[in-house]
Amino acid sequence: MIKIESLSKSFGSFYALRDVNLEIFPGEFWIIVGPNGAGKTTLLKIIATLSQPSKGKIEIDGIFSVGERINIRKQIGFIGHQSFLYDNLTVEENLKFYSQMYNLDNPIQRIEKMLRQVGLQEQKSNFVRNLSRGMQQRLSIGRALLIDPKIVILDEPFSGLDQNAIDNFVELFTSLVSPDRIIIMTTHNLQLGLHLATNYAVLSKGKIVKKGFARATDFSKFKQLYSELTGEMN
Amino acid sequence: MHPMLTIAWKDILSEFRSRETISSMLIFCLIVVVVFNFMFEPGSTQIREMVPGILWVAITFAGILGLNRSFIYEVDQGCLLGLLLCPVDHYLLYLGKMLGNFFFMVIMEIIIIPFMIVLFNLNILNILLPLVLIVFLGTLGFAAVGTLLSAISVNTRAREIMLPILLFPIAIPILLAAVKATGTLINENTITGAQSWIKILTGFDIIFLVLSCLLFEYVVED
Repeated sequence: MIKIESLSKSFGSFYALRDVNLEIFPGEFWIIVGPNGAGKTTLLKIIATLSQPSKGKIEIDGIFSVGERINIRKQIGFIGHQSFLYDNLTVEENLKFYSQMYNLDNPIQRIEKMLRQVGLQEQKSNFVRNLSRGMQQRLSIGRALLIDPKIVILDEPFSGLDQNAIDNFVELFTSLVSPDRIIIMTTHNLQLGLHLATNYAVLSKGKIVKKGFARATDFSKFKQLYSELTGEMN
Repeated sequence: MHPMLTIAWKDILSEFRSRETISSMLIFCLIVVVVFNFMFEPGSTQIREMVPGILWVAITFAGILGLNRSFIYEVDQGCLLGLLLCPVDHYLLYLGKMLGNFFFMVIMEIIIIPFMIVLFNLNILNILLPLVLIVFLGTLGFAAVGTLLSAISVNTRAREIMLPILLFPIAIPILLAAVKATGTLINENTITGAQSWIKILTGFDIIFLVLSCLLFEYVVED
């Protein structure tokens, strides 16, 4: 469980996040939506322990995240619009690199299994620079899932992808849902986000202005509400 | 494998495949040495006095090229965030990157020092081991502070200009001690006179390594 209480993050006099409160339970798939600069990535970075809150606190599985960053990072799989992959290494070498950095047991078996899961076993000796954007994104998902994370963070995973690749990812992300896993995704694609998620939160100017259940929400009403809350047409 | 060695190995393997960093460092280094060679008449006695300066000019300027690429490579490929997310202490990430940079500089020196010995006709075989020690310590200190500052400069706009601006003033103690130790060693043909400079060099290496390990976390965090 992730528990965020009265969390604020400021850079000098600028507040990227203000008084954010959120509780996320295992099995839930949250989308965080909001205009550019609303604080979505900052919130994800704080959850991923890459940034510290200026005020407030965040607990992950009862652990105060600022003090136990290394233990929390072991549970987090982060998939962003950047792949975190090295062009000059092969598919297999990239996964080996991360399995060593995470000190994983049975890395060879895990890598084989993951490559099968993301459909890249034929590409394992190819350099990442020779893979298509879609393949790189699949490998990026494989890299994040290699550690069997309890928390999966997806930061704008659809940006720069064509419709075919997006369709493939929707299928992959749906398969990520499990009762003991939390998924948090930021996206500008409201319709797709609502389709995938169980819960949503709307961020505007660093504040959560609305949260609710995604499955019970009608898209057209949500779109109108989003525009009213953020002043942005989506 | 230890995370520190894993990072260094990843950098070395990547570089082995692309050869972008090592080749540019080496070409730059060779040009510096060859151009300086044009200044002297063959067999000139001035050469021994000038060699320490030439050697360290070549090492530091070529080293900058390598240090600059170190974090640019991570940032441009979008991998820095992936590294920072790994469940290891950030000082180990720093040490891994530093080890990779140190290795590239050592490879360059293994080629450039024999080249200089032949080109300048230096008879320094009897002081070769102390010279290797001085070059090792000087390179270690330079790579230590350079790796930290490379992580800072990579997030600035004029990142390739920013590194030398930041690095040279801070690395002065290392460079001064390294040049003085090398000069004393080559001119006196014995390690005795260079010992005090070697101690200073070792001291600054330790200071820079420890400080960089402590500060790296703050450099890479928001």
